Amino acid sequence: MVATPEKPVYKVIGTRPIRPDGVDKVTGRAAYGADIVLEGMLFGSILRAPHAHARIVRIDSSKALALPGVKAIVTNADFPRQESGTLDLGEGTANPKWLVDNVLAGDKTLYHGHAVAAVAAIDWHIAEEALALIEVEYEVLPFVIDVKEAMLGTAPILHSDLRTNVRARGVDTPTDRETNIAMHMRVEKGDIAAGFAEADIVIEREFTTSQFHQGYIEPQNGTAYWNQDGQITVWTSTQGSFAVREQVATLLQQPVARIKVVPMEIGGGFGGKIPVYLEPVAALLSKQTGRPVKMWMPREAVFQATGPTAATWNRVKIGAKKDGTLVAADVELCYAAGAYPGSAVGAGVMCALAPYNLANQRIDGFDVVTNTPKTAAYRAPGAPASEYAVESVVDEIARALDIDPMVIREKNAPEEGTTNSAGAPLPRIGAKAVITAIRESAHYNSELQGEDTGRGVALGFWFNGGMESTSSATVNPDGSVSLILGSVDIGGTRASLAMQLAESLGVPYEQIKPQVTDTDSVGYTAVTGGSRTTFAGGWVAYELGQEIRKRLVERAARIWGVDASTVTYSNDAVITGTDKDGKAQQFTFDEICKRFPTTGGHVAVTVSSRKNTTGPAYAGHIADVKVDRDTGKVTVLRYTAVQDVGTAIHPAYVEGQIQGGAVQGIGMALQEEYWYDDQGRLRNGSFLDYRMPVANDLPPIEVILVEVPNPGHPYGVRGVGEAPIVPPMAAIRNALRDAIGVNFYHTPVTPTRILDELLPRE
Amino acid sequence: MQALRYARATSIDEAVRMLREGGETSRILAGGTDVIVQARERRRVIDLFVDIKHISDVMTMEYDAQRGLTVGAAVPLYQIYGDANVQRVYPALRAAAHVIGGKAIQGRASLGGNLGNASPAADSIPAMMVLDGVAQVAGPNGRREVRVDAFCTAPGRSVLQPGEFIVSLHFAQPAAHSGNAWERFIPRNEMDIAVVNAACALTIEGDVVTAARFSLGAVAATPLMVPLAAEALVGRRLTDETIAAAGAAAKETATPIDDMRGTVKQRKHLADVLVQRVIRAAVEHARAN
Repeated sequence: MVATPEKPVYKVIGTRPIRPDGVDKVTGRAAYGADIVLEGMLFGSILRAPHAHARIVRIDSSKALALPGVKAIVTNADFPRQESGTLDLGEGTANPKWLVDNVLAGDKTLYHGHAVAAVAAIDWHIAEEALALIEVEYEVLPFVIDVKEAMLGTAPILHSDLRTNVRARGVDTPTDRETNIAMHMRVEKGDIAAGFAEADIVIEREFTTSQFHQGYIEPQNGTAYWNQDGQITVWTSTQGSFAVREQVATLLQQPVARIKVVPMEIGGGFGGKIPVYLEPVAALLSKQTGRPVKMWMPREAVFQATGPTAATWNRVKIGAKKDGTLVAADVELCYAAGAYPGSAVGAGVMCALAPYNLANQRIDGFDVVTNTPKTAAYRAPGAPASEYAVESVVDEIARALDIDPMVIREKNAPEEGTTNSAGAPLPRIGAKAVITAIRESAHYNSELQGEDTGRGVALGFWFNGGMESTSSATVNPDGSVSLILGSVDIGGTRASLAMQLAESLGVPYEQIKPQVTDTDSVGYTAVTGGSRTTFAGGWVAYELGQEIRKRLVERAARIWGVDASTVTYSNDAVITGTDKDGKAQQFTFDEICKRFPTTGGHVAVTVSSRKNTTGPAYAGHIADVKVDRDTGKVTVLRYTAVQDVGTAIHPAYVEGQIQGGAVQGIGMALQEEYWYDDQGRLRNGSFLDYRMPVANDLPPIEVILVEVPNPGHPYGVRGVGEAPIVPPMAAIRNALRDAIGVNFYHTPVTPTRILDELLPRE
Repeated sequence: MQALRYARATSIDEAVRMLREGGETSRILAGGTDVIVQARERRRVIDLFVDIKHISDVMTMEYDAQRGLTVGAAVPLYQIYGDANVQRVYPALRAAAHVIGGKAIQGRASLGGNLGNASPAADSIPAMMVLDGVAQVAGPNGRREVRVDAFCTAPGRSVLQPGEFIVSLHFAQPAAHSGNAWERFIPRNEMDIAVVNAACALTIEGDVVTAARFSLGAVAATPLMVPLAAEALVGRRLTDETIAAAGAAAKETATPIDDMRGTVKQRKHLADVLVQRVIRAAVEHARAN
């Protein structure tokens, strides 16, 4: 359902054609990383740490190397030494010094499942058997999992080189020696003391969130071949082939041009397939053996060692006037980065209060290392936890003031020109349009039925990314257009970019053949992530189309013997002019293409583009729940996700993105969490016990698309994929408050936690 | 996973001989949904799988209104829950078989395997216990019968001696006006392991309960019979109070642990809730008979 009444008339944009990769994916022919088979290929497997925190005293691989079929074993010592630095991965950064130690542990293992050594053998089973023969002597160290405990003066220290001079409130972090606080940041505007002085009501609450995993269905994999001439080829499942190339080049200290990364089809990423884990290890094993080495992660390793989100501990204090005007906010966010610094707390800070026009505010963020896997980006990284806390407090304020929860949000909604938390003005945004669409929706106006049912709402904000993309297009004599993409296709990239090129050229979508290619075959393209791809790739497709139009006009002018300025290209791809004899002439697109071989050759164009004119996304969700008071089980009865998408290029994929984000958010709200035992070992590293929702846990997710075009994009595109994961935790939490009168301050709200509240205290 | 041998037995005697010759590291293979996973994860050292799926006795299911139901130990779950007699007479068994694993697993997994694996949270065991299930066991010392309610001794352990395996399971025909039911609590709606499961089989005369059996899973080291719940109900009229008393007895009997799937408090409470639910469902079934 599209809620926007008027938009430009497009021919291709807004239709729902079949995706180019669809047939191969539904018939099982699409090639994923696990499908790679190469002559002489070896199989690699990784030995992982059994402890939460330990010093590696000694590694003895001799018995494993003696096992028939084992060809090589590598450890951290086989990598070149790394200096501290910053690699820009598009959605987050990496410090090579920490990255290499995460790929294979240095002198310490910092979490249960941390990679310690890697084996290459002639088959997978022998590689696995060899792992059991590697002798590792550990000195087990005290560990810390909880983010608040990690900041205490008594906490075990993970890294000797971290210092802080700022503390979170109420935590005695030492400022004169080592600490686990890796970074503090603050943004503020206005005068919060004055703001709170104006408030008629002030509510302050603390919230915690568990660690969540992206839960992509395809585990990490990587195959590498280090050729004798020094050329390295990597086949992998990644969101960014160029990000893999940069990381591999840095970790192996090889020139970028020696490395070719071939992105295979990807079975989900959600931000988690940007850092490398296996690729550089496979390359090292290949260098040692002279043979291609294929690696993939068992599911347990995916949970243990690839990036979950940060567990968080957050404090939110908001003041409001009686009429619901929000006047001041003081927010403190503490995010557990995992074993190495670099949680998404920065984005958490910038998003926390973004759904509101709030004059006086201060937000502090702390990045804290803990003995848990190094966090990675996960769909709107950092935003769900901070906005959940804010949206919960706003809900409590609305209740206390007896104001409809959407009315209070409407009253404080930002609009174009409203400054963000850092004081910068917002471009045109659809916050108010989203709120209006919710207030007018059938769902919001329906009556709740039955006992112990409740309704909750929450808003969500995400920036949306820009960054660099490159594509090439070749126009063929039959009128077809080959479109070469550097962007990996996760959520319908091929179709969405082909549609924008078709629109730009005025030709049918079916005439465009998009292909994703390797890093040697296309110019630099940043990751498919940050909700940037349809925006940035769309800009490139648009500019490719405009350049091709220009070339075809020039060609027609040359054929007709006239100046190009007298020739026009219509939006139906008809080229019109008069020839040198003054006779009216025209070519259809297909007609001029047929003339290529005899009039100067084919038309091929490459465009690289980097635009920062992104349009932020606003989302608002409505959740209806029912609680079984006997068991604590929550049924989501009805769920509606409303979002300003700018322009929906392919509405079915846009709806699919929004539904997927909502579903992941509902999982985080009710079921998913990492569970560590008293030794700091992750115990639920499987889809059995890490409970992502299954289809029958969910109602249909209704989607309302609001289209407030982004003026910074030729077709008005904003990003879509990330904003929908932001509202669910608070929407569900607020619905539970409505249903059973209990405010929860931890997410997920599992049946265990609900019963804990409903049953008498023991 | 280490390389291992596979042998196919075509008779019970042949399977017994293969297991004896294979020694301690030989293992029965039925559906393999537990044991292959255990071998892959190196949780068991296995050198030999003896496949019993080609022995007709362990692959057939028979029902007779006098003699009751006999299910071969390796009959896949989908055949059990798809059987009209099981659905009509033993709904507790049908309900448990229907929720173990997903569809693909149900094409392979079996009652014999679920019992032999002896998990405290096994879904089918409480159902088999209240239905008076008896296992036919074959081994180096011949055949014997073991009641299902006396089968499990500890997590993953049972009364089976080295070389013994389950051939079939027998369930008597319930008396007139009997009903049975099974339920579990899981946080998801499928593909999950029971936080608690519960089963009940009872017989009524009018409003009075004349016989009852209760069993609980995932609340102790083995699936438990709950005689106190039966005592609270047998000889009494069915009322909210007597049903609640049976639930309270279940809560008393349960001795669960805190783990990642649930807490002591939650599990004891759920034992109460689920026992009351299975009583009501079993009574409904009994009245329909």
